Amino acid sequence: MAAQQASVDPMHQFTIEPLAGASNWELAGYNIAFTNSALWMAITAIVLTVFVLGGLRRELVPGRWQMAVESFTGFVDDMLEANIGKAGRKYLPYVFSLFMFILFANILGLLPLGVIGLHPFTFTSHFTVTGIFAIISFSIVLIVGFAKHGFHFFSLFVPAGTPLPMIPLIFIIELVSFMVRPFSLGLRLFVAMMAGHVLLEVLSSFVISGANAGIGTGIFVGGATFILMIGICALELLVAGVQAYVFALLTALYINDAENLH
Amino acid sequence: MPQIAQLAETYSSQIFWLLVIFGLVFFVIGRGMVPKVVETVGQRDAQITSDLAAAQSARDRADEEEAAWRMRENENRAAAQAIIADAKADGASRNEARLAEAQARIDRETDEAEQRIAHSRRSALEEIEAVAADATQDIVRRLAGLDIDDVAARSAVKGAMNHG
Repeated sequence: MAAQQASVDPMHQFTIEPLAGASNWELAGYNIAFTNSALWMAITAIVLTVFVLGGLRRELVPGRWQMAVESFTGFVDDMLEANIGKAGRKYLPYVFSLFMFILFANILGLLPLGVIGLHPFTFTSHFTVTGIFAIISFSIVLIVGFAKHGFHFFSLFVPAGTPLPMIPLIFIIELVSFMVRPFSLGLRLFVAMMAGHVLLEVLSSFVISGANAGIGTGIFVGGATFILMIGICALELLVAGVQAYVFALLTALYINDAENLH
Repeated sequence: MPQIAQLAETYSSQIFWLLVIFGLVFFVIGRGMVPKVVETVGQRDAQITSDLAAAQSARDRADEEEAAWRMRENENRAAAQAIIADAKADGASRNEARLAEAQARIDRETDEAEQRIAHSRRSALEEIEAVAADATQDIVRRLAGLDIDDVAARSAVKGAMNHG
């Protein structure tokens, strides 16, 4: 553990550990151990379910909780309508689930539960997880695109008004930029979450090392770093929201390409 | 970096649990609950829109009714004014007629009274003449011892009264 080492290992927080007795669970030869990552996915799902259930009272005059849930669904609904149009309504269940699941995961991972001995784990800081999200979103784009437009979907890679000699070159460039989308989508969230958590961990190791080096350094280095950490925590809360929003927004934009094909 | 170091041993469990849990979230929350929440919002919006429309139509109806009432009121007022003017004119003409009648009666009575007065005065004067003539005859008889006849006495009295 980090406490026994001379210095704090900022990467240790991302370690996946199978929970008691689950390390040998297998399905068709693949290990499916119930890990701390899976535990936090489950916690996120439960918290999200409780949150949305609170908004399911269906009252004509909403209370605060129902208002909060309705403002989230309204937010995602407006985003889909603004980017896709009327056809965007049918993607609301997926994009809402995606947005809220990522948002709650990001925020739950930031909770200072270490104070009471628990170990928060941010599974969105694993590219395995964000990659799956990206692949699901990208698959929806491909399925909707080809189901709706057939091979005409390839005209997405030839912007309107391209001169004939330029078409092969533009086609390849557009194809590459299209194929890069799932990677950029998945890596963006993973990198943003990991960078923030590493930064907080490094700064907290400054506070610990400073305090260990003596009272003077403790107050001077540790105090200043601690104040900085408070600011960074606020920034990380913002990043948690923004990254969830960006993921949902880009998913909506990509679906728009498939749905409306410029 | 555990994300890469542990990739080989953990990727299958990560993918499995993510698919299971996110699948649950998608079907339970996304497909189950979100449409109900959105439907509630839609119902509320529809309710508000219809309430506003009802209020607007009620206001329009009230405006129409007020305009109609105002028109009716103006008509009634005009009718009432006409009735009052009629009654006033009627009353005035009846008054005038009665006044004229009364005036005529008063004039007639005055005339009669004047005639009566004149008649009384004339008869009184005749009586005075008669009395004066008698007195004159009496006085003349007593003073001069003459008997003058009635006619002479009367003409003498008449002449004296006319001069007097």
